[in-house]
Amino acid sequence: MAATLAIAPERTDTAWPALRWAVARDVKLALRSRAELGVQLLFYVVVASLFPLATTPERSTLTVIGPGVLWVAALLASLLSLPRLFAADHADGTLEQIALSPYPLVALVGGKIVAHWLTTGLPLVVIAPLVGLQYALDEETLSVLAVALLIGTPILSLLGAIGAALTLGLRASGSLLALLILPLYVPVLVFGAGAVDAARTGLGASAHLSLLGAGLLIACVGAPFAAAAAVRIALD
Amino acid sequence: MSEFFAMNGYGFYVWSAYGVAALALVIEVRALRSRRRAVLEEARLVQPESAALTGAGE
Amino acid sequence: MATSWFKYSSPASFYPLAGKMIPWFAAAAAVLAVAGLVIGLVVAPTDATQSDAYRIIFIHVPAAWMSMFLYVVMAAWSAAALGFNTRLSAMMAQAIAPTGALMTFIALWTGAFWGRPTWGTYWAWDARMTSELILLFLYLGIIALRNAIDEPRRADKACAVLALTGVVNVPIIYFSVYWWNTLHQGSSVSMTRAPSMAAIMLVGMLVMALAGWFYAIAVILARVRTIIVDRERGASWVAALREVRHA
Repeated sequence: MAATLAIAPERTDTAWPALRWAVARDVKLALRSRAELGVQLLFYVVVASLFPLATTPERSTLTVIGPGVLWVAALLASLLSLPRLFAADHADGTLEQIALSPYPLVALVGGKIVAHWLTTGLPLVVIAPLVGLQYALDEETLSVLAVALLIGTPILSLLGAIGAALTLGLRASGSLLALLILPLYVPVLVFGAGAVDAARTGLGASAHLSLLGAGLLIACVGAPFAAAAAVRIALD
Repeated sequence: MSEFFAMNGYGFYVWSAYGVAALALVIEVRALRSRRRAVLEEARLVQPESAALTGAGE
Repeated sequence: MATSWFKYSSPASFYPLAGKMIPWFAAAAAVLAVAGLVIGLVVAPTDATQSDAYRIIFIHVPAAWMSMFLYVVMAAWSAAALGFNTRLSAMMAQAIAPTGALMTFIALWTGAFWGRPTWGTYWAWDARMTSELILLFLYLGIIALRNAIDEPRRADKACAVLALTGVVNVPIIYFSVYWWNTLHQGSSVSMTRAPSMAAIMLVGMLVMALAGWFYAIAVILARVRTIIVDRERGASWVAALREVRHA
């Protein structure tokens, strides 16, 4: 048995345990620095609160810009949290150990992405509708916002992981990451904010949400492989 | 001739477009040339070391 | 026959081949450009609705085509670089990015100066111009990533992954922007809609597109030669080059 394991390190039946292990580990580590997670949420709240101050408290304007602002702030919050995905493990050599282990790197990277979403995206899904009250949006619109973010924030984590892996250890990696990832985020922004806007104007958000869902499926299939390839490139 | 440059009143737009496009291509070629000069110079300076390290038959 | 082409996959043998090809492509580009400019600026008649301002399409449309085509070609070389692990494929991808970015800039600039007299504004968030702007960001991102990574082989592979991620996303981005635009404009006024094409206008655009294509090949081959010398600096064949010994 041991001999077969040695020849075939990437057996698929080790993928699920590896993924679960990676999720559990990263969530545990993130919860240890709860303050950092809290700060990221606070960042979202502060940024979203800036726009009325910068424009006008007039309800009619706020409801129009609200969906866009709430989504752009989510994008920015995601960008801020992405370096955390690989940087800490890279700095102390754990990432190298993970890559050298017999477990499929795709599963381990996928698990890290899931954990990232659970600790940064999912809280946004909960917080954003509350922040959205500032923009005089009604309950139905806000619930569409929650659903759209529920589908969209995993895409942000998936695409963001590719960028985070590509820019591992580089100078000015934060700004570079933003430059690389934001163009790729555009479809998520268009369909996500569009869904909320459609709900606000009573037009129905189902088309937007379906397209967002399709994007999530594509990202789930492609992004972990690209991110794992990028991790290997960064480690070589 | 002046009719050609006036472009029926749209001369500013037409020539701004064509002009900047031409300028961009000229800049690209010149940047390429100066980069090539710099790289060739650097390669020449490397030469004595590599000759010493690699010897005659690399 | 297939094996004889593979001998050019080493930088050392590709370098002189590229050097021989450049003058031909440059000359072809120059001839076609003159022909295209004559057609576009002189021969083609003044348009009924857009007057002479429409003549900008003879630069705008070819530049836009080039910007998209070059991105796909760059992605193809990136795929080869990752698939075959060849240095030269990565160098070709590296050489394409700046020219692609430049074509995108020209498309955006000429589009703006076409829009101002015709539709009253330098910039309108129509689907094609917005997608072109995002394409420029994608090119600049690849160039920025290349500059940020010191180690050449890591840069090669990282930029290749980024280029391939981008090429998959470009149709999605275009679709999303088009969707967004049509939802908000009803009967979408496409800022870059050309006047109904007289045959001579189409010929002019095609000639200019070919000129642009040959120009791009010449410039990219020249750039890849410089990249080769830069990255193969220590090799004895580089030291033996006449242009290096007499630099």
